[in-house]
Amino acid sequence: MSTDSKADVKESEILAAGYQVSHSKSPVFYDTYERKDELQHQTHYCPGCGHGIAHKLIAEALADLGLQDKTIFVSPVGCSVFAYYYFDVGNVQLAHGRAPAGATGIKRARPDKIVISYQGDGDLAAIGTAEIIHAANRGEKITVFFLNNAIYGMTGGQMAPTTLVGQKSTTSPWGRRPVNEGFPLHMAELISTLEAPVYVERVALSDNKNIMKARKAVRRALEIQRDGIGFSFVEILSPCPTIWAKDPVEARKWVAEKMIPVFPLNVFRDRKHEPVENAVIPIRPIPEVLEISSTQGGTAALVLPGEPSSPKHTHHFQEFAIKIAGFGGQGVLLLGQLLTEMGMREGLEVSWLPSYGPEMRSGSAHCHVCLSKERIGSPLISHPDVLVAMNELSLRKFAPQVAPGGLILYNQARLPQDFQLPQARVICIPASEMADKLGSTKATNIILMGALLEETECLLAATAEEVLQTKIKKVEMMEINRKALAAGREFIDHYVRVGAVSQPDGFAY
Amino acid sequence: MAGQPRGNILIDTEECKGCGLCVESCPPECLELRPELNAYGVHAAHYSGDGCTGCGICFYCCPEPGAITVYRLAPPTKPLVQGESHAAAL
Repeated sequence: MSTDSKADVKESEILAAGYQVSHSKSPVFYDTYERKDELQHQTHYCPGCGHGIAHKLIAEALADLGLQDKTIFVSPVGCSVFAYYYFDVGNVQLAHGRAPAGATGIKRARPDKIVISYQGDGDLAAIGTAEIIHAANRGEKITVFFLNNAIYGMTGGQMAPTTLVGQKSTTSPWGRRPVNEGFPLHMAELISTLEAPVYVERVALSDNKNIMKARKAVRRALEIQRDGIGFSFVEILSPCPTIWAKDPVEARKWVAEKMIPVFPLNVFRDRKHEPVENAVIPIRPIPEVLEISSTQGGTAALVLPGEPSSPKHTHHFQEFAIKIAGFGGQGVLLLGQLLTEMGMREGLEVSWLPSYGPEMRSGSAHCHVCLSKERIGSPLISHPDVLVAMNELSLRKFAPQVAPGGLILYNQARLPQDFQLPQARVICIPASEMADKLGSTKATNIILMGALLEETECLLAATAEEVLQTKIKKVEMMEINRKALAAGREFIDHYVRVGAVSQPDGFAY
Repeated sequence: MAGQPRGNILIDTEECKGCGLCVESCPPECLELRPELNAYGVHAAHYSGDGCTGCGICFYCCPEPGAITVYRLAPPTKPLVQGESHAAAL
């Protein structure tokens, strides 16, 4: 700590006089704040702002509970947007109001961390109402500190959902009128009506006594998260001297005199223990999920988790990403579902992510299929290993995304004349015509699946037949599909040479 | 050191924004704003030099993380363990 050279007393003199430090800057704060080149020794908050006090209470609790190194602090949008310049912990800053949603993701990915969402009333109670209500309702094991100053501070004093009746703001210049602007939103009360939250309290930074109560509440909320009990929420009534146009001492009194009668201080919820039923995610065996018996089908490559027997198919990939695209109605999404179910039966982790317009038929549709030996991080595929393009539109749109050295299966006898060959191999298959000859154009996707399996050997054709068997009830349709699968495989074996690249004229060289 | 105040306070004149909350909060009323301005043009808070009890209220009321450091008089060293060397105390 640097002191003014004009200071009458130096720290060394105080210590020499037999004193010990009892309260000093928390180690949870950075030594200097690198937000700007100048003024790195003080926060950007106005004199008398409640944020600074709330920051200090949180920092002190984190230090005392020994949580600094495992804390992830989620900064909001608002005056406290720069909290990450002050707290020497893990920091994330999120879009306006979305802090509880982001905190949910962080906490679920890293349940051992302490995740704090710190939000103002414009952030939490206006644009972020949905996020906070649902995070609380899901009982996410996070801590939310809600700084309520009854106004939008950073943007210059607009009316907030928490603005008091009659309180003037730049957007309620004659005072808030319930008939036009509604009543102040009581977030702590709202959240305490939900079943899941474990701890809900409202405190105020209005005077010495209440600040010390707030200190306890902050600590309790963090202890609840540390112990993994559940969702904790502390609403902190906080002064905003600048926007309220009051001096800091008056502003503090205004919290006590005007805000507390409207937002009564209370412990709305303090549950000691979380109900534990359904706390564990049920893991069901794959055969049960697929509604098949594990003994059914001799050719099945079904691998049960934990089963020592080696799978019948060695998958020559760590992760295999397939994108299937075409018109709605061509079986685009179904083909993806079939592939994922096959992957499940072969003991892989799978994901299927569909995307289609509001029109279920004839609009464009595509889906992402991911087959993996490990847990899949995201079902979204940016660079597929294989693109199955069932029409020209999809070919033109998605071919540039295919990973270098990847494969494109195109549902036409030849490529469009002006089509620039991309970085990937292209195999043209007139699958629709072939399916038509077999008796139904509906089998187009199955022909392409046959070709895909034969060319890439990502999954077994036997598994495909098994899956088709469970999906198709009509005997004649099953027959067509079986033929289609075989036709797709045969096409690759007999009409496309190994390593061939189809040319615009339809020939493979 | 009889008569020495139990507590002591050091205020970082440069970090203090002169809001006056500590002056208002101090139970023994031993803080005041300096009559002169600091480099940023505010009247920084200042310990009058007498009466501090080391309660720490000013620390919690101050919005700046490091503007106030509160000190307490170290407890007198206890050379005795009760019972054992009781005679030595006499």
